[in-house]
Amino acid sequence: MIVRLMGEGQWRVDDSLRAHLEELDLATAKAVEAGDQAALHASLEALASAVRENGEELDHEHLVPSDSIVPPVDLTLEEARELLHGDGLVPDIP
Amino acid sequence: MSGLMSRTSVIAKAKFSKLLDKAEDPGETLDYSYEQQLQQLQNVKRGIADVTTAKKRLELEDSSMQQGLAKLDDQARQALAAGREDLAREALGRKAAVQGQLDGIKTQETQLADQQQKLVAGSQALQTKIEAFRSQKEVIKAQYSAAEAQVKIGEAATGIGEHMADVGLAIQRVQDKTEAMQARAAAMDELTTSGALEDFTSQGDDLDRQLAAVSQGNQVDDELAKMKAELGQGSAPAAPPAIEAGQ
Repeated sequence: MIVRLMGEGQWRVDDSLRAHLEELDLATAKAVEAGDQAALHASLEALASAVRENGEELDHEHLVPSDSIVPPVDLTLEEARELLHGDGLVPDIP
Repeated sequence: MSGLMSRTSVIAKAKFSKLLDKAEDPGETLDYSYEQQLQQLQNVKRGIADVTTAKKRLELEDSSMQQGLAKLDDQARQALAAGREDLAREALGRKAAVQGQLDGIKTQETQLADQQQKLVAGSQALQTKIEAFRSQKEVIKAQYSAAEAQVKIGEAATGIGEHMADVGLAIQRVQDKTEAMQARAAAMDELTTSGALEDFTSQGDDLDRQLAAVSQGNQVDDELAKMKAELGQGSAPAAPPAIEAGQ
C-alpha cells in the first residue's frame, strides 16, 4: 500500500502493516477526543515513524494515489478537530 | 470512530473529485491551481523578507543599546572619580536595567532567527513540490485531451489531487507561521521604536546633567590650576623674585 505523509512525501509499505496503522490511527482520534495535545503529537509521530521505518520512500516526481494520507505530525488540537468534525484543514483546492 | 489518517484520506479525495466534477476543462483547472500555488508561494517569500527586515532593525537597536551600556559604564566611572558615589550607583542601576532588556531582545532575536530558518526551508520544500505538480499536470492534461470527453479520474489524476491538497495545506501552514512571525517582529519593533526599551540610555536626562556639572566643575578647577601655574601663582607659594635679587 502507498501512504502519504503530508508535508513529507509518499512511502510504499507492505500491506501487512495496514492493521497496525489503523490501530495507531485510532489513537489519534482518542487523543483529540481527550483534548490531549501531547498524546496527539505522539500518536501522529507513531504513525509517521511506522511508515518511515517500514516503508520505502517514493520518488517525488511520481505522484501516485495513496491508500492512506497521514496529516502533518505537528498538527494542533484545533486543526485536528476541524479535520474530524468538519471538512476543514485540507484547504479547498483553488 | 475514524482516525485522522482515514479522515484526511477521505477528505482529500472528495475535494479533488468535486473539483474535477464541476470543471469543464480539467486542464484549465490544473493550470489555474498551479498559478495559485505560485502566487501563494510568492506571498510567503515576501512575508519572510519582511521578517528579515524587521530582524535587521532589531539588530541595529541592539547595537545602540550596547553603546548605551558603555556610556553608562563610563558615566559611573566619572562619577566615582569625582567622589559622587550616589551618581555612580544610579548609573550602574540603569546599566543593569538596560542589560536586562537587551538580554530579553537577544533571546527573542534568537527565536525569530530559528523560526525564520525553518520557514525558509519550508518554502524551498514547497517550491520543489510545486515544480513536481507542474510537470505532472502536463502529463494529466495530455491524458485528458487524448481521452476527449471521458472525465474519469484516473490514477495519475488522483495522485496529483492528493499532491495538491498536500501543497495547499503546506502553503496554508507556512503562511500562518509567517504571519505570526511578522506580527511578533512588528511587536518587537513597536516596543523599541516607541522608546519603551531605550529611554534609559538615549535621553539627555537628569543623570547626564549632574554628571556634566561634575565634569565641568573638574574642568574649571583644572584650568584654574593651569592658569595659576602659568602666572607663577602655583598653589605652593614660590619666594618673590625681588627678595631673591636683593640677596
